Amino acid sequence: MAARMRTLCWGGFGLLLIIAPLLFRSSLAHTVLSQMGIAIIACLSYNLLFGQGGMLSFGHAMFTGLGAYATIHALNAVGAGSLPIPVSLLPLVGGMVGLLSAALMGWLPTKTAGTTFAMITLGLGELVWAASLMFPGVFGGEAGIPGNRVTGARPFGISFGPQIQLYYLIAAYVLACTALLYLFTRTPLGRMLNAVRDNPERAAFVGYNPQVVRYIAFVVAGFFAGVAGGLAALNFEIVTTEVLSMERSGAYLLFVFLGGSAVFFGPVLGGVLMVLAFVWLSALSQAWLLYLGLLFIWMVMAAPGGLAGVLVQNMRAWTQGQWPRLKWSYLWLVLTVPPALAGVATLIEMLYHLQLNAEFDPVLTFARMPLDTSHAATWLGVSGFAVVALGLLAMAWRRFAAQWLQAQADMRLRSGDSL
Amino acid sequence: MSTPALEIQDLHKSFGKTEVIRGASLSVVAGERLALIGPNGAGKSTLFNLVSGRLPATKGQVLLRGQPISGLAPQQIQRLGLARSFQITNLFPTLSVFENIRCSVLWQMGYRYNLFLFLSRLTAVNQRADEWVQRLGLQARRDVPAGQLTYAEQRALELGVTCASGAPVVLLDEPTAGMSRAETEYFIPLIREITQGKTLLVVEHDMDVVFGLADRVAVLVRGEVIACDVPEVVRANPKVQESYLGSALGASLQK
Repeated sequence: MAARMRTLCWGGFGLLLIIAPLLFRSSLAHTVLSQMGIAIIACLSYNLLFGQGGMLSFGHAMFTGLGAYATIHALNAVGAGSLPIPVSLLPLVGGMVGLLSAALMGWLPTKTAGTTFAMITLGLGELVWAASLMFPGVFGGEAGIPGNRVTGARPFGISFGPQIQLYYLIAAYVLACTALLYLFTRTPLGRMLNAVRDNPERAAFVGYNPQVVRYIAFVVAGFFAGVAGGLAALNFEIVTTEVLSMERSGAYLLFVFLGGSAVFFGPVLGGVLMVLAFVWLSALSQAWLLYLGLLFIWMVMAAPGGLAGVLVQNMRAWTQGQWPRLKWSYLWLVLTVPPALAGVATLIEMLYHLQLNAEFDPVLTFARMPLDTSHAATWLGVSGFAVVALGLLAMAWRRFAAQWLQAQADMRLRSGDSL
Repeated sequence: MSTPALEIQDLHKSFGKTEVIRGASLSVVAGERLALIGPNGAGKSTLFNLVSGRLPATKGQVLLRGQPISGLAPQQIQRLGLARSFQITNLFPTLSVFENIRCSVLWQMGYRYNLFLFLSRLTAVNQRADEWVQRLGLQARRDVPAGQLTYAEQRALELGVTCASGAPVVLLDEPTAGMSRAETEYFIPLIREITQGKTLLVVEHDMDVVFGLADRVAVLVRGEVIACDVPEVVRANPKVQESYLGSALGASLQK
């Protein structure tokens, strides 16, 4: 049963990767899908440290970034005819560089998993980023290093010129990397990584050196991060120092958390969310980082398991017959969330408009509604709406939270009985 | 005379200016069950931490089957054949009962830091882990995360994770701490059963456990071993009685 379920999940995942560009056919969609694939690999590799190993890294962009630089240099070498490697294998060069740099830098931070680890990775990340600015010959300075992926041999006429060809290369890497990282969790070292996360001291008392376990995981994560960076280099055909930045490292943490770090496929959702936010949300609103921050805070407080955690818990509630009693609470949430979001978003947009664009035109058109930010009446009206909507949401949320806790408690009792 | 399974020679430990262990010496014969008793604050847990490598000693030697182990890391000491349990339950809370035991079995069966084999294919490992789950009486809770077990179940698992590694020398730090009388009564035969053929050093407060389990009793007072002999002799020792005077433990000693 479990084995069939697993085959179904992996089959579905593979199928989705294949048909996604057929469902969304525009070239913009293909670029977005390619970026999602890259983000998925990067987030999964980050979660090997964060979710599987309990290591809160603030420097993961080091490895994706160095992988990207290695790949773009290799690509240019292929273009110059000095490196006889097919373009499709270049991300592995990125992977190897990610692996080697992680091997070089990993021993020191992996001594502990706590604050020390976080601080050292932060420092190393800053170090690499600073170095990238100091050596413009290698890192290309502000302009970055450009490349051209249409080069070298063309097996079966595949040049990777059209985005769709590159997408399928990325999809193949996504499937392979996801499978390998999943299999890693089922090896002795993968399990001991969880044990070290749970209780490093006890892991030592059953014979394992926690530092060695963490270090190996760190190196493996470095490899997959490098592959993701390499794919990104092929995708954008340019690598700038931004790929090594603190913001990038922070984004991996943020979106792995939003996707859900305790479940294997959580970072897959996280990668998809990351690209949606960067491409779609940022185009939608100037205040997108604010929305993202609010979402993150809410998630940390209300659903620390992330999106995947929410899904898994609801599946469990469904299979254990808890849904009938939750359905009214859910209905209330569905009814109260949109107006509350709309109210808050309108206020935020009006504030932004007042700060940035009001000199040109005090009227903000939001959701086809003209809102004059120079009139007190508009502010009063919108604020009133937001307060009422938030109040209703708070009531619905309280009701939902109480029933949800009750349902969780019942499920725990029942699972205790059946065992 | 054969080499003792565990020999503690003139061990010292200071925290700042406070000397907690002051020249403790103890020799545990292979295959015996030795109980370590002593009033609160005598340094029993500290002594365990020194022997198992959790804390570094200030001075002195510990020999495990003739081999010096002072200054080694916990995992190195464990690999040389010494396993320990903890007074405060110290498990892998999100891993299941079975996984907890399996983690303890892996190293000794030679799988170490392997990342190219699947756990599910390691039949011998899985079989041994399941045997242990059964011996502990936890088969009904096999797939429950350790953090969700009842206290008594956690104590049983603590014992299992300690012993499943197969180490010939086992240190148990108050295995029945916090258990009810009924639970303790069920627990002692379990300890006896699963430590069979091993050398056992056990810290215990409960005198019934001590006299029900131990071949010999060592008494630690203010960081020194003041007596070590068969229970009847230790009980009659005036120095021991004096150090326990006025305490409940003293009363049970004089019974």
